[in-house]
Amino acid sequence: MHIFRINMEFKSKDIISIRDFSKEDLLYILDISKKFEKDYDSNLLNGHILATLFFEPSTRTRLSFSSAMSRLGGKVIGFDNPASTSVSKGESLLDTIKIVEGYSDIIVMRHPIDGAARFAAETAKIPIINAGDGVNQHPTQTLLDLYTIQKSFGKLENLNIGFVGDLKYGRTVHSLAHALSHFKAKMYFISPPQLKMPKDDLEQLDKEKIKYTEGKDLSKVANKLDILYMTRIQKERFPDPIEYQKLKGCYRIDKTFLENTKKGLKVMHPLPRVDELCSSCDGTEKAIYFEQAHNGVTVRMALLSLLLKKIKNERT
Amino acid sequence: MKELKINAIREGTVIDHIPHNMTFKVVDILGITDTNNIVSIATNLYSKKMRKKGLVKIGSRFLTKEEVDKIALVAPNASVNIIKNFEVTEKIKVNIPQILNNIIKCSNPRCITNNDKVSTLFHSTSSSPLKVRCHYCERCMGKEDVELL
Repeated sequence: MHIFRINMEFKSKDIISIRDFSKEDLLYILDISKKFEKDYDSNLLNGHILATLFFEPSTRTRLSFSSAMSRLGGKVIGFDNPASTSVSKGESLLDTIKIVEGYSDIIVMRHPIDGAARFAAETAKIPIINAGDGVNQHPTQTLLDLYTIQKSFGKLENLNIGFVGDLKYGRTVHSLAHALSHFKAKMYFISPPQLKMPKDDLEQLDKEKIKYTEGKDLSKVANKLDILYMTRIQKERFPDPIEYQKLKGCYRIDKTFLENTKKGLKVMHPLPRVDELCSSCDGTEKAIYFEQAHNGVTVRMALLSLLLKKIKNERT
Repeated sequence: MKELKINAIREGTVIDHIPHNMTFKVVDILGITDTNNIVSIATNLYSKKMRKKGLVKIGSRFLTKEEVDKIALVAPNASVNIIKNFEVTEKIKVNIPQILNNIIKCSNPRCITNNDKVSTLFHSTSSSPLKVRCHYCERCMGKEDVELL
């Protein structure tokens, strides 16, 4: 039985949750990713097939996995609209996985149900990468976030990071906060009271003795931040549309706002954005969210190669 | 006044030190509301340690591990005594198991275990206060969220 630890010798075949990674595991993946940025063998995954099963919409994650696979010489099959598959005829997730594992060597899956990825991994004989399971986890986003931070700051330790927006449903925030707790980050959680960080995540930070504050006013803490991690208020996660209408647009960052922040501040966003991050920020040296999205390809090249055993694990 | 006592049993199980408000929960777990075995149920008994406690005796019945694990969730300090020939032959102190396999329901309605044919699985992260984490959706639950299957 899988007990929440990868102990990243990559004997464990899947990437499901950031909770499965130790600090050393995270650093190891970032190191491997760095190598892929400089140089890579464009035939490394020749003869391998990646299946992308997207039961929920995605642009960046799906395309960056496809791009990563293609750059390494592999092929990609899959769907991004379950309405056009047997799922719409009532096929179970278990059956879909059982079928697709016969067609491919590795699966990337996004699913609206929390825990679907762990279940799929236990069902499949081939590696499964979780590309988002409901509001639970999106571990490869966290890995590319960490990679982006390390690349921008040259370090991961002791940074001040402000998470802004939907901290209740935002799986990227939960995972990144958990990962950064290995590196003694100081965290500022800024959200409307209805979208605060879940108690469970805060208790975990307490346990790790991580310093954090909660509030709703970004301007009060903006000057203390090294990283401003913006998130979208996610319409699709709200059971009540009126509640969404009340909260959308509650944070809005523009160029003028950024001019009054610390010199070295970097703005990140898992994207897509709606109106929380104005396009006037785009050209500034503080905006690194497009670079962040591009880093997804590099990190995913490393992950695909590791899971398909095409990289010799130097740690074993 | 003559004190009323619960009869001793020749063979079976005695579950002692149940929190007084959980006595009937234990009865539910054991499914002994409809049985031919001899069953004695007592609650609000005086206890030095607990002030008030519950006690359940079932004749000719020994508990499965799953039943003991379920009892641990509602009565973490209970003791389970195995009786043979009127003697206690084994005394088991219940423990919250590290892994709870198909014993409790996940409180997260969006969890795969509530949306597909998937058995529940929890990892215990703390026994006092009780905290368990769903193996699938990773939601952490406390005692107040625990619902037995």
